[in-house]
Amino acid sequence: MANLSSEFLGIKSPNPFWLASAPPTDKAYNVNRAFEAGWGGAVWKTLGEDPPIVNVNGPRYAASYSNDRRVIGFNNIELITDRPLDVNLKEMRFIKRDWPDRALVASVMFPMQEEAWAKYVPMVEDTGADAFELNFGCPHGMSERGMGAAVGQVPEYIQATTELCKKYARIPVIVKLTPNVTNILPPARAAKAGGADAVSLINTVNSIMRVDYETLSMYPTTDGMGSHGGYCGQGVKPIVLHMIAEIARTQDTADIPISGIGGITDWRDAVDHLALGAQNVQVCTAVMVYGFKIIDDLTTGLSNFLDEKAMTSVRELVGRAVPSVTDWQYLNLNYIEKAHIDQDTCISCGRCHIVCEDVSHQAITSTVDGERRFEVIEEECVGCNLCVSVCPIEGCISMQQLTSGVDPRTGRPVTSEKADWTTHANNPMRSK
Amino acid sequence: MTETMQADIRSGRLSEAEIEVNFGDMHPLFRRAEALVEADRCFFCYDAPCTNACPTGIDIPGFIQQLRSQNIKGSAHTILSENIMGGMCARVCPTEVLCEQDCVRNTLEDQPVRIGRLQRYATEAVVEGSLQLFQRGEDSGKHVAVVGGGPAALSCAHRLATLGHRVRVLNAAEKLGGLNEYGIAAYKTVNDFAQKEADYILGIGGIEVRNSTAMGTDFSLADLRNDYDAVFLGFGMGGVNELGLDNDQLDGVVDAVDYIASLRQAENKSELPVGRKVLVIGGGMTAIDIAVQSKRLGAEEVTVVYRRGQQQMGASNLEQEYAQTSGVGIRYWLAPRELLQSDGCLSGIEFEYTQLEDNGKLVPGGKSCVLEADVVFKAIGQKVLWDSLGDTAEILELDHGRVSVNECRKTSLPDVWAGGDCVYGGEDLTVSAVQDGKLAAMDIDRCLRQ
Repeated sequence: MANLSSEFLGIKSPNPFWLASAPPTDKAYNVNRAFEAGWGGAVWKTLGEDPPIVNVNGPRYAASYSNDRRVIGFNNIELITDRPLDVNLKEMRFIKRDWPDRALVASVMFPMQEEAWAKYVPMVEDTGADAFELNFGCPHGMSERGMGAAVGQVPEYIQATTELCKKYARIPVIVKLTPNVTNILPPARAAKAGGADAVSLINTVNSIMRVDYETLSMYPTTDGMGSHGGYCGQGVKPIVLHMIAEIARTQDTADIPISGIGGITDWRDAVDHLALGAQNVQVCTAVMVYGFKIIDDLTTGLSNFLDEKAMTSVRELVGRAVPSVTDWQYLNLNYIEKAHIDQDTCISCGRCHIVCEDVSHQAITSTVDGERRFEVIEEECVGCNLCVSVCPIEGCISMQQLTSGVDPRTGRPVTSEKADWTTHANNPMRSK
Repeated sequence: MTETMQADIRSGRLSEAEIEVNFGDMHPLFRRAEALVEADRCFFCYDAPCTNACPTGIDIPGFIQQLRSQNIKGSAHTILSENIMGGMCARVCPTEVLCEQDCVRNTLEDQPVRIGRLQRYATEAVVEGSLQLFQRGEDSGKHVAVVGGGPAALSCAHRLATLGHRVRVLNAAEKLGGLNEYGIAAYKTVNDFAQKEADYILGIGGIEVRNSTAMGTDFSLADLRNDYDAVFLGFGMGGVNELGLDNDQLDGVVDAVDYIASLRQAENKSELPVGRKVLVIGGGMTAIDIAVQSKRLGAEEVTVVYRRGQQQMGASNLEQEYAQTSGVGIRYWLAPRELLQSDGCLSGIEFEYTQLEDNGKLVPGGKSCVLEADVVFKAIGQKVLWDSLGDTAEILELDHGRVSVNECRKTSLPDVWAGGDCVYGGEDLTVSAVQDGKLAAMDIDRCLRQ
């Protein structure tokens, strides 16, 4: 069995799965249950100045569903903790005392004033917490008060606030980034410039779930009015993965340790995060939907996967896929793939045909010699992967590389020589 | 002292409460969650095999897609615009040999999308709630007579109304619906659905109905040809085939179709006479329907006896299994030879074993056996009773004792169309009758507008 023990900024935990700062980590009762279930760490629900904020008394959460009511996406308008600071600090202290082998990170959100950080940082450190996580991501409510995403969207503010925290902190400082920016690199660079020890990403994405089809108001509402919330869950994972990979593969940010957050529902999602550069991961929505027990699948699934890959630790997996991420302009334009339909596993639903016919390249038959049969017409196939994407049978359609001969579509010989856009004749800015 | 053997036929074998349970809905309406999950299983195939297998060509992936998005009216319209009796067909179609047989899910997991039950779900609210989705077409000034009250006739009448023609339905029975009302097993169509569906069809307007009005008695085909611009014949088949044995007028030898009709119309099913030991001769759906219903009325022993094998049986394997799990026995390769009696009452049948020769001919196998019976149901197919239909048979071209029609369901006469069980070459299913009526209506429209 692969060893799942994890070390992030020197903080040890029995596995790389932490609970993200969110409703599941709002109080000792929940965190205790999480640790009993086997979670490796918890980032406490974001602390703020007293008096505590208040939440609405109407709906905080909403979900989007599949037809069998599986939650696909989730959003919330809950703010940071609504409990007094001393209550949280006391409970954190007890938790750290009772669970010394687990990671306990204090998520904090204080104003951009030095006296606030000078006052609160030592108080929080006194709980025995292993690190700070600066909440620069909360996209609703707090951002209207100049905190959360209002800081995270302005690199200068990120740097300045990080510097304030670092000035008084003895434990590591993680900066949690908001995805509500067009480019994740400037915020990551600002965190680094401010002295952050790591970044975590993402916080939730600005969102409105849907409309109420009866009232034609947005859904959900509090007394008839609603406010955008933070979108999370499975649906956001691809957005996160791109942002993690960008930080991990960019020269001046590649050395920033990353804690990956967003859409982790089963162990495969964790593999995605880790392989694209996260050193550990944080989970919220999946436990909001299924409870803490999912940790069993996360840990055993990841452990079995590492075994199959002959890896002995999570560390070996971290960043493994990063070298495969590049810019489009460097993709090898001489590389050719054609779809291939395995007739033995094909169930003849015809989905590949109709999508290729309607929206793509008319490269899949619907009949052959008068019989219902779906075959790739190599003369037309551009290798786009649409048929693979829509085929309901996993593995039935595969992309197969042309390694020799002539591409029947272009009539050009297949070559093993690489050539990309930077040198392509059609590129007006090509390197000569 | 020998006790006189008396046929044991009586009513009240089961209480009303037991019968109510026994005749509950065979396939209850899906709950919403069930329907949505099942709808999710549809792959939305291109040129869908299920649609191609449907005699009425319902766009099945289309209606399921609409159901998935809870566009129930759209879904029902997709179904009903091809098959106005989509509600009944959802209940009675042998989907296992039609749409569901060709579902690509069978290749993947031996479990097709349950199209029939989805179709019922999609149509239920519209038909039961009388949500009218169709509009009568602009008046063409033409008047069409439709003879019959069953699926072919009503389908034709509805389509003609949508196309703007005035329709008069001349129906021999007291109620509309044909076999939907009088012939299908009660547990397949509960809560008076056949009447609700007929009402829904008439709801479009422009269709006048005259029940208890029979061809041959109240009017002749020649009258209709004089009085109307076109005629559609959908009068079904009035009689059942005889066993061809001596004494088949014996008490206890019963026409299955008649019995089912009285069962369907019975106010209180527990008052129906039921035999203790029941034999059903035949291999089609009627045989299965009468056998299962006899069992559910309290018959102690019910056996379907068919002269050929399981594979040749008209009733599908699923229907046969349904009978068997309902406590009905099925005996294959037995042909009735003689009705046995005791003291003037039916006591059983002597059967001879049969076998198939290499050339496919069914021949006696040499041995025989006796099965006891208080009641024998004849369910070996139906026939048109031409004698009761006046001179119709003399002016119409027939084929194998039924009306001969072309692919547009036009008869040998230029102004007469026909469909349903009374025409030759069909499948004798509700769904094919609906298609016949629809095709005929479209051809009538085309001819009337020329």
